[in-house]
Amino acid sequence: MAQTLYDKIWQTHKIAAINKEIDLLYIDRHLIHEVTSPQAFAGLREAGRTVHRPDKTFATMDHNVSTKSRSLEAASEVSRKQLEALKKNCDEFGVLLYDLSSVNQGIVHVMGPEQGMTLPGTTIVCGDSHTSTHGAFGALAHGIGTSEVEHVLATQTLQQKKAKNLKIQIDGELKPWVTAKDVILAVIGRLGTAGGTGYVAEFCGSTIEALSMEARMTLCNMSIEMGAKAGLIAPDQKTFTYLEGRSFAPKGEDWNKAMTYWKTLTSDKDAKFDLVVQLKSDEILQPQITWGTSPEQVIGIDEKVPDPDAEKDPIRADAIRRALTYMGLQPGQSIAGVKVDTVFIGSCTNSRIEDLRAVAHLVKNKQVANGVEALIVPGSGKVKKQAEEEGLADIFKAAGFEWREPGCSMCLAMNDDRLEAGKRCASTSNRNFEGRQGRGGRTHLVSPVMAAAAAIHGHFVDIRGEV
Amino acid sequence: MNIFHRGLLAPLDKNNVDTDQIIPKQFLTSISREGFDKALFYDWRYLENGQPNPEFVLNYPRYQGASVLLTRNNFGCGSSREHAPWALKQYGFKVILAGSFADIFFTNCINNQILVITLPDNTLEQLFSLNKSEQNIQITVDLENQLLTSKQFADIHFDIRPDIKQRLLSGLDFIGVTEKFSDKIARFEQQLASARPWQ
Repeated sequence: MAQTLYDKIWQTHKIAAINKEIDLLYIDRHLIHEVTSPQAFAGLREAGRTVHRPDKTFATMDHNVSTKSRSLEAASEVSRKQLEALKKNCDEFGVLLYDLSSVNQGIVHVMGPEQGMTLPGTTIVCGDSHTSTHGAFGALAHGIGTSEVEHVLATQTLQQKKAKNLKIQIDGELKPWVTAKDVILAVIGRLGTAGGTGYVAEFCGSTIEALSMEARMTLCNMSIEMGAKAGLIAPDQKTFTYLEGRSFAPKGEDWNKAMTYWKTLTSDKDAKFDLVVQLKSDEILQPQITWGTSPEQVIGIDEKVPDPDAEKDPIRADAIRRALTYMGLQPGQSIAGVKVDTVFIGSCTNSRIEDLRAVAHLVKNKQVANGVEALIVPGSGKVKKQAEEEGLADIFKAAGFEWREPGCSMCLAMNDDRLEAGKRCASTSNRNFEGRQGRGGRTHLVSPVMAAAAAIHGHFVDIRGEV
Repeated sequence: MNIFHRGLLAPLDKNNVDTDQIIPKQFLTSISREGFDKALFYDWRYLENGQPNPEFVLNYPRYQGASVLLTRNNFGCGSSREHAPWALKQYGFKVILAGSFADIFFTNCINNQILVITLPDNTLEQLFSLNKSEQNIQITVDLENQLLTSKQFADIHFDIRPDIKQRLLSGLDFIGVTEKFSDKIARFEQQLASARPWQ
């Protein structure tokens, strides 16, 4: 029977059926970080269990770490305790940890791919919802809770109910300045934040094929924002080229065997999908920007903020009203021209070298507008080093950006990088929920180039008129 | 009749309540599973000065002691933090009734013995409007017969996956269940090591 890519990965990882609904799946890679693992390790100890496959478990520090200094206590005292707990747990159970002294330390979803841990056809889990990022390589990757982290640590498996198959096909060439971030925001705007619930979404079509690996990661990263269990893109030559030579990628004879196998990892031509969504790149003509407090509340940069009185559904109208009040915006207002206080370029969505190159290209020989706090937080130590070697960091600093150490930073503001109440932020991150970047903070999700342009002008601009 | 839970209903009439609202990030630095009751809905529940926000529904006197939460669609979207169900449970919620749930949150609730029930729109509407008119709704959840019962409304049948029902009724240690498959896991690992050693 014809199979989707998701079906194939499922089948090759199914160990047994637990019952009619639930299969036991093997997990190839378990990524862990300081926030969602301590209770899982504690649970292991209490039950007298151990880590079944420390060789398939990889840890880094990211959510809590200071981006101003490389010391454990720099973010806060409680953060230090959590970071120390991770180190202790990794030492005790023999898990590889990239801590603050390692150049490989970084946001877990930046670190995994750049180390070559993320491989096509594998299953990858992590106690973090943006694990969907790794789907860009044709891996089945998704976030799990702490109880499941404990389950994976103990057994290297997960009990799972198979999701439905969703195909999102996007064809055509993207217009200049329209990026993968704009594509995924537009898709979320169309499907809604629950549109993908119960599905694994495979992205395909000529638009997707043309994207770089970094751009594909941005796309899959935010598939959780439409509720999808995971995002997937079939591996191709770009995937293989990206992976070759990376630390944990197969070498020698294994590489050749792996390549042969990876080339079979596509959905069969007549595979059945439960839902198919088709878009033409012409439907995403302009850079996208969120105006509200949910990623689905998104418009094109030359559009106007919606009017709740025009919404027929009273619950939705109420949500619009509440979002406008929180965001300090008026119905019918143009989003271009709205002033920003803060610009955050970073997060597992957009902190890779390609993102930073695009920003540097735009801000070279320009200055961050007066009164705007602008920070760039590279996704990992390796991204940071590369950006410095390429001269990007000098461009950022000369333009007035703060150039920070790697970490999750102001995406979720668990460390000391926080958006103040009432302040407005152009952010390349993935969530514009109330208080996400700091209590009372107002987040607009945009692409890196849109965020960079907002930093230079001090307000949102239609970047298509910039160059 | 197997009573899973009996308690007071409290409404949270919103779609898309995300886990950042259920428990804001500043409470995620703990290394314990305990102590999250005060963190629940913190930014909505408390004013900037730390005093309870009288306008937030769970602070209304009539909902004190509530243990059944009634809400709308896509409850628990966003971050996978299991701290969200920990906070809900430690505050006192044992059952959540909603139009739909986000996937990871749903699983996290089951793993913490919180019964998450998906109800059709008209039933949700009925419960929300009844709640507006009645002073208090005491609700009994009969999991075995999949019924919500109350003096204030006719019995409501709900659907639940058989495996989840079994899991909640028996309170099984799911790692223990998987460990019964340890021979099969070992065999799988042997085959994987020879077929695709890079994985």
